[in-house]
Amino acid sequence: MVSHPRFYWGEAGNINTPTLFKIPIPASRSTVPTGYGYVLPDQNGWSRYLHFQSAWVAVLTGLLYVIPGFFSGHFRRDLFPGGADLSWRAFSSALTKRLRFKRPSEEEAWSYNPLQRLTYLFVIFILFPLVIWTGLAMSPAIASVFPGAVSVLGGQQSARTIHFFVSVFLLLFLVVHIVMICLAGFWNRMRAMITGFAGTNKERA
Amino acid sequence: MKRISRRQLITSGLVTAAGASGLVVADGLAKRYGLIPPDSGGPYGAGETLTYAAQRILTSHSMAREFSRSQISNPPFANAVAPFSEAFKRLQAGGFAEWRLGVDGMVTRPAAFSLAELKSYPSRSQITHLACEEGWSYIAEWTGVPLSHILDLAGTSPEARYVVYFSIERGWWDSIDMADAMHPQTLIAYGMNGGELPVANGGPLRLRVPRQLGYKNVKYITRLTVTDNLKKFGEGLGSAAPEGGYAWYAGI
Repeated sequence: MVSHPRFYWGEAGNINTPTLFKIPIPASRSTVPTGYGYVLPDQNGWSRYLHFQSAWVAVLTGLLYVIPGFFSGHFRRDLFPGGADLSWRAFSSALTKRLRFKRPSEEEAWSYNPLQRLTYLFVIFILFPLVIWTGLAMSPAIASVFPGAVSVLGGQQSARTIHFFVSVFLLLFLVVHIVMICLAGFWNRMRAMITGFAGTNKERA
Repeated sequence: MKRISRRQLITSGLVTAAGASGLVVADGLAKRYGLIPPDSGGPYGAGETLTYAAQRILTSHSMAREFSRSQISNPPFANAVAPFSEAFKRLQAGGFAEWRLGVDGMVTRPAAFSLAELKSYPSRSQITHLACEEGWSYIAEWTGVPLSHILDLAGTSPEARYVVYFSIERGWWDSIDMADAMHPQTLIAYGMNGGELPVANGGPLRLRVPRQLGYKNVKYITRLTVTDNLKKFGEGLGSAAPEGGYAWYAGI
């Protein structure tokens, strides 16, 4: 992104073609006209190596989470909203409670509220698959195997643009998620996440 | 509160053991079938190896996407290049008549081809996408002689595993495995969009490997070396790219 802070729609895009939008930052390449008269240092080599290695970690741990999640009933039980949860009233009550920064009742704190459920489902089943798909669509080798997966997105530059937006959403989710964990009691939540067991809930009071 | 049962403990132990032995078997198979890239050492070697191995298996018969004439990028795009060497300028002044593409290494008939000779061989034209790792891309029609044709003329040894290619500009070289070298879309390109390949786009000769990123498509090539071992070249990482911090395999 820093080496070419310009985004396009379609198959091909370069400094001779119109952009969809530009990120107002200097580039790490002197060939990109940014108007800043300043070229950032090039960090693409190691960051690309790290990016693709992290992608493997994300995909493999993702599969390890998603596949057993279906069999164990984790998604059905804990994430898919129940009938009552989907009513507008349940949804708006959850929303107003959050907006008023009300603490959840003892009962509520043991399960995810409808807002959480929908957010987690969106991250797990929409954002992550989309970021993996658009990432792979940018690969010339993968595009040669699954050309349809690229054209459906509108082209390789469209895939890059969608990839950028989805990664922004994921980053936003991560930040909010971590803030919420800290607010809900960091050690308790970390223990619950790692072991799968909720401990004594002193911090929930 | 739930406790971990003995059964769960044994199951997870077995799964871990199966996973670990699976990794050992996979490592053995990868080495045997040449699925380990030359830059597999270092902290990012695992990711690189997974990518290269997975894509080698997936892309064994795949063809890079080809586009219609109306999708050709207009105006055409040419990335900036460093100032040319005296050697290049001399050949350019002579209209590239003296330009030669040498082929050596593990071949039975080492040779040096002039541009006229290369153009006399069966040619292939294809409209493909060239994407740079930086993020930009363009579509152009490329014309050239398939690299496989040149390798067949030179008589490649069955033990050959890689083709290393060198630009006339010092320090600019790269390599591809035989899967990409023998691929019908891998060209020694001398034409673009119906005309001569412009110098700005790599003319007179550029290696065009459309299933990998732009930087594998080295400009101004003068020499091909067929080898079974990349350790003998440069720092032994397969090309100048990993020496500068970039991955050797760029099919991403």
